[in-house]
Amino acid sequence: MKVAEIIKGPFFLPSLFAVLIILLPFLFSNYYVGLAIQIFIMAIFAMSLDILVGHTGLPSMGHAAYYGVAGYATGFLCLAGVKNFWLVIVLGMGLGGLTAAFFGLLAIRARGPYFMLITLALSQVLWGIAFKWRSVTKGDDGLPGIGRPEIGMGIDLKPDLYFYYFTFAIFLIVLVALFILLNSPFGYTLRGIRESESRMKALGYHVWLYKYVGFIFAGIFAGISGALWVYYSGFVNPSNFGVDLSVKALLMLILGGSGSLFGPLIGAGIIVLLENLVSGFTERWSLVLGIVYVTVIMLFSEGIFSAFKRGRN
Amino acid sequence: MAFWIIQTLNGLSFSMMLFLVASGFTLIFGLMKIINIAHGSFYLLSAYIGLTVLRATENFLLATVASSIAVVLVGIAMQSLFLRRFYMKELQQVLLTFGFVLIIADLCLWIWGGNPVALPKPSLFRGSIWIGNVVFPSYRLFVILVGVIIAVGLWIFQEKTKFGAIVRAGVDDEEMLRGSGINIQMVFVGVFGLGALLAGIGGMIGGPFVGVFPGVDISMLLLALVVVIIGGVGSLKGAFVGSLFVGLVDNFGKALFPELSLFTLFAPMAIILAIRPTGLFGKIEE
Amino acid sequence: MKALEVQALSKNFGGLRAIRDISLEIEEGERRAIIGPNGAGKTTLFHLISGFLFPSSGHLSLFGREVTNLQAHQRAALGMARTFQVTNLFQKLTLFDNILLGVQAMKWARFCFYRRVKGFREIMHETESLLKEWSLWEKKDVLLKNLSYGEQRQIEVIMALATKPRLLLLDEPTAGLSPAETASVTSIIKGLPREITTVLIEHDMDVAFEIAERITVLHFGSILAEGSLDQIKGNPKVTEIYLG
Repeated sequence: MKVAEIIKGPFFLPSLFAVLIILLPFLFSNYYVGLAIQIFIMAIFAMSLDILVGHTGLPSMGHAAYYGVAGYATGFLCLAGVKNFWLVIVLGMGLGGLTAAFFGLLAIRARGPYFMLITLALSQVLWGIAFKWRSVTKGDDGLPGIGRPEIGMGIDLKPDLYFYYFTFAIFLIVLVALFILLNSPFGYTLRGIRESESRMKALGYHVWLYKYVGFIFAGIFAGISGALWVYYSGFVNPSNFGVDLSVKALLMLILGGSGSLFGPLIGAGIIVLLENLVSGFTERWSLVLGIVYVTVIMLFSEGIFSAFKRGRN
Repeated sequence: MAFWIIQTLNGLSFSMMLFLVASGFTLIFGLMKIINIAHGSFYLLSAYIGLTVLRATENFLLATVASSIAVVLVGIAMQSLFLRRFYMKELQQVLLTFGFVLIIADLCLWIWGGNPVALPKPSLFRGSIWIGNVVFPSYRLFVILVGVIIAVGLWIFQEKTKFGAIVRAGVDDEEMLRGSGINIQMVFVGVFGLGALLAGIGGMIGGPFVGVFPGVDISMLLLALVVVIIGGVGSLKGAFVGSLFVGLVDNFGKALFPELSLFTLFAPMAIILAIRPTGLFGKIEE
Repeated sequence: MKALEVQALSKNFGGLRAIRDISLEIEEGERRAIIGPNGAGKTTLFHLISGFLFPSSGHLSLFGREVTNLQAHQRAALGMARTFQVTNLFQKLTLFDNILLGVQAMKWARFCFYRRVKGFREIMHETESLLKEWSLWEKKDVLLKNLSYGEQRQIEVIMALATKPRLLLLDEPTAGLSPAETASVTSIIKGLPREITTVLIEHDMDVAFEIAERITVLHFGSILAEGSLDQIKGNPKVTEIYLG
């Protein structure tokens, strides 16, 4: 096979990417390994949100709710002595899904901006609860000292290197799972709903139910990222429910392109790198980020990735 | 008995301050469908600017005027320079307002630092008043009075003025407003400015007893969200009733079971969403 | 068996009585056209029949089953399909994906979330056959918004057929089409199998008279006249509302 053919094939870029990921810890310092871990976790979070935003057309504003619930669950379990990753992650996913099941009942009847308002309010209330319920959550101080889990066979993820490869593996699993989900009949239905709810109803689809189930899936996958983050940072506090987190995920989708497979990853990469770069330069990183966000929205609403894709076609 | 009177008056004064913030938020959302995440930022900015003017002049009224002007200018700039480009694109608008939250919050942190501050009360209201056999700070009563006056003023504006009628019509049916030939952008800018003004006054009024500190912008936003969901979107009456409810519940919650006060807010909100999703006085959208 | 039974149906919007006490019956296999001037309530009637609006009073039955309180998607499951007056397709999806959603709608597979659509041979096959049957296979990867208006109107009809309906409601299928396109769509509808009960709203009287066996004339939300082609053509009240 000619070199040009290989480069143009669909597997070239992803394979190159995978090789880079595997070699990363040997090419760059620990700091960058940490960044990569953050990117993968945020990518999972953004991908879970994209089920709703990019594929169903539901602009969910409170996605951090499921991330935070799983995060706190992880914290409580850890501090109670549970070391098994798989037990914790299943619980995290379950709680994320349950929270979504509850919130979905309240929010999905609403449309557009009302839906955004309700989802935002619900997640903000969770933030408030985490903030005020000091006897349980230690409020703003949060729960520190959360150790790394064991994944079986005597391996524990204390070294960042192990955690890095493990997070990458989880990311790949989630990527494949979402690829199948979004290309299944269910996934096609979601996109039909995004394009025209009335047409879907006329064809015989139970639109509310699909939105609801999609909402729960999004909560489950968000839970994965929430648990992983708490394991990585060793810490959980009300900011895990923060509106800034929910909005950041939306920004990742705008930057990377929503409705695409790798868009969320690209968006996560841009935002995480940007944040870390800017905070390294100045104490006023929040101000700079705000300006950057405003600029990006003003200029690039469609998403860089979709513009790139259009160019490729 | 004294406990209940004091807590009720506390709650009422908090409600009135909350009404100032929530009424602006509900008008902005009701008319333009914009979730102004930066609404709490108006409170924050106004309180800080007012603080500086107060420290310099010791004149509460002057400080209120100065901070109000500043906040209205910021609000008008936000709407006319940025938000208006994304007419009908609610998601982008929300993300823009979030960018402003970061900008305003960090600027305030930079200029005024991170320590919580309570604004000094206006000299007229530094004392206490006897109500029956209970002593109560006169400032809090002043807050209740201001809230009621502004509520009445807003009601008059909404029901009796032409601009108010336009806003009411727009909240009800935006398409009709667009087709009527009225310069809709001017209406939007006006309402956004009004919302900022109200939140700004809320910041000055709340400054002495709620205080101002990094994070109060988000706390105010949360309460405004709950008020608007319970009271109904776009409805001033709903904002008033919702503020009364949230203010009293929050206050009694804090006094009786401080850790669970958010639950006492969450439950009614969830119930309203389940039973009457448009809120107590909101409009039903087809 | 009556495909559709409408009994004393009324719909009020506030003070406006859009549909007033309408009763009609459509036999299985019948070809019916509903005509009437603008504002007569034709599309409102379709919305009521298909479940996009609920009546203020009255009853509806589909193939003998009471459906008055059923939602739109539940009525579709009983064998009803409809098209929309304003083209209502999935603009940002490909033609193939559009038809696929139609084909998939009545199959259990549509709930599956753990297998890719490409693995469902039946769905893929049916979509392919449908596209080939209507000579649209070459355009399967074109985004719907890039197809012409005429093609989209045609696909609007094909989409309704994809669910293999027993009752087909067509809302002004030839709206905005050129004479050639109109003739094409008209012959498509005429060529439909007799098992499919077809009800169409039409503004173009020639099309209505060419396709239908019976005509119902609507005026101000009530039935002005109903009958065979000759009866309607000869009815002075009908000519009056169109000319007067």
